[in-house]
Amino acid sequence: MLNGNIAALLYLTAGVLFILALRGLSSPETARQGNRFGVIGMAIAAATTLLYQLPWGFLSFLWVLLAIGIGGSIGVWRARTIQMTAMPQLVALFHALIGLAAVLVAASALYGPQGFGLGLPDNIHGSTLFEMSLGAAIGAITFTGSVIAFLKLDGRMTGNPILLPNRHAINIGLAILLAIFIFAFIPTEAHLVFWLIVLVSFALGVLLIIPIGGADMPVVISMLNSYSGWAAAAVGFTLANLALIITGALVGSSGAILSYVMCKGMNRSFISVILGGFGGETAAPAGGAGEEVERPPVKQGSADEAAKILLAAKKVIVVPGYGMAVAQAQHALREMADILKSKGIDVKYAIHPVAGRMPGHMNVLLAEANVPYDEVFELEDINPEFSGADVAFVIGANDVTNPAAKTDSSSPIYGMPILDVENAKDVLFVKRGLGSGYAGVENELFFRNNTTMLFGDAKKMVDGIVKALS
Amino acid sequence: MATEVDPQLLEKIRAAAQAARQAADTAQAYAEQVAAGASAASGGAIDPFIFRLAIFALAVVVGYYVVWAVTPSLHTPLMSVTNAISSVIVVGALLSAGIDASAGDSSSTARVFGFLALTLASVNIFGGFLVTERMLSMFKKKG
Repeated sequence: MLNGNIAALLYLTAGVLFILALRGLSSPETARQGNRFGVIGMAIAAATTLLYQLPWGFLSFLWVLLAIGIGGSIGVWRARTIQMTAMPQLVALFHALIGLAAVLVAASALYGPQGFGLGLPDNIHGSTLFEMSLGAAIGAITFTGSVIAFLKLDGRMTGNPILLPNRHAINIGLAILLAIFIFAFIPTEAHLVFWLIVLVSFALGVLLIIPIGGADMPVVISMLNSYSGWAAAAVGFTLANLALIITGALVGSSGAILSYVMCKGMNRSFISVILGGFGGETAAPAGGAGEEVERPPVKQGSADEAAKILLAAKKVIVVPGYGMAVAQAQHALREMADILKSKGIDVKYAIHPVAGRMPGHMNVLLAEANVPYDEVFELEDINPEFSGADVAFVIGANDVTNPAAKTDSSSPIYGMPILDVENAKDVLFVKRGLGSGYAGVENELFFRNNTTMLFGDAKKMVDGIVKALS
Repeated sequence: MATEVDPQLLEKIRAAAQAARQAADTAQAYAEQVAAGASAASGGAIDPFIFRLAIFALAVVVGYYVVWAVTPSLHTPLMSVTNAISSVIVVGALLSAGIDASAGDSSSTARVFGFLALTLASVNIFGGFLVTERMLSMFKKKG
């Protein structure tokens, strides 16, 4: 019913609203308004499509309502109940859904092109078939890759890299096979070849993600975010839909930028992350026994001693890491900070770019514990302040504070940007044990005179400090 | 000066002209085929694909600048909101619901795929925007 040009304009409007949705995220104050723009854009896109197809058959309409009802309730339920620590898993799962939806829409367009204005079955245009197969392939890779990422993040699968023999040769072989199938699909429009493309891409998605270790997950999840965008864009080209093309481009570049930011935060090259084999959850300590240096014993402390050190301070900088999130210590931590603030002590939080399991994860966890966002600072902004701080309170973080990244060129983390906690007068480390971080590097800070190690579960330790303070 | 034209020559010229016209006709037919191949309905203007490609390229550039402007503390909501807007793929799923099911087996298969895609995309639309809203509502200023 709707004129084609008007529909295209409405899709364009939806695309612009999505740009504004991302734009809103430049500050926490405008972010919620941005999210609303996104919702409006989605409503416009969906309504346009529904109006475009008037008049509706009663049965078709019922089906649409049923699908939206089922999907919508699952979505609402997940969004309401998900734990903030499990956010990376949820996002991985959402990526998987987009990937699979892209495959299904491409398949639907292949089987019933007349509904999409793509001509009759067995007479679809070659370039459309190319875009279709591209959308299905990227979507399929996104789907299985995200499922693997979800399983790893959720601990249902080992976080250690799974390294198949000749995995690079296998991947290249599959990629060549994929290209051959796509070029066989364009002239033949054979449904069988389409499903072979999907099948090979499914395998490729699994094989691309299993060799990547749990510690590299922030990069993987950003990369899959990017893939889901490119898949959407390819489907957008297939259907000649502006809203989809614009959104795909936005999401694709967003994921690519986040991958870049994460790689830089770990001083890893994107290629080396993709090739995998690094960063298992329980990496063995690096360095041979021969180069083992004699270390002085570490200074251990109790919650009471920590409380004393904290009370004597004027300025405290808290450095939270993923260990804090695992122990669910963020609420206790905020309580501790509140007591310190009530005694006139300045408390700030320092966030490393790769703290947590996905970009910005730690900020969300702190926000959930009611830590005001203007007390939370990024690495570049807070680093100069450590030299003026009396106490650096490191909780559940390790590698991101290791000065070896600046001084020891043979260290695997050399070159990684770190938080300069060593510049603070006193350093308190809340840790389960003396073990090394995922990179398998010993942290020399533990052995310094001004460092006090607080061994134990992060939550119990902070609870203990809170008790001692009050 | 001979003004009389050799009738044989005339015949030859006519034949040549005929051949040329035929060649031109064939060429035109080819050209039409090529044009039709390149763009189904461009009417001699720029292929609509190029327009789409232009929009795509510009959107990548806009995305680049907009995403760099996102504050790092909101990178998780950024990811969940990009997830939510990706589900605009729902337009494809909705189109499939309008396929005429009487057109044969393959079109009812198409509708089943569309139904599944619509369900998945709906999970993302509602889940994605809601979880983003939930996260953003937690970000509060001091005091």
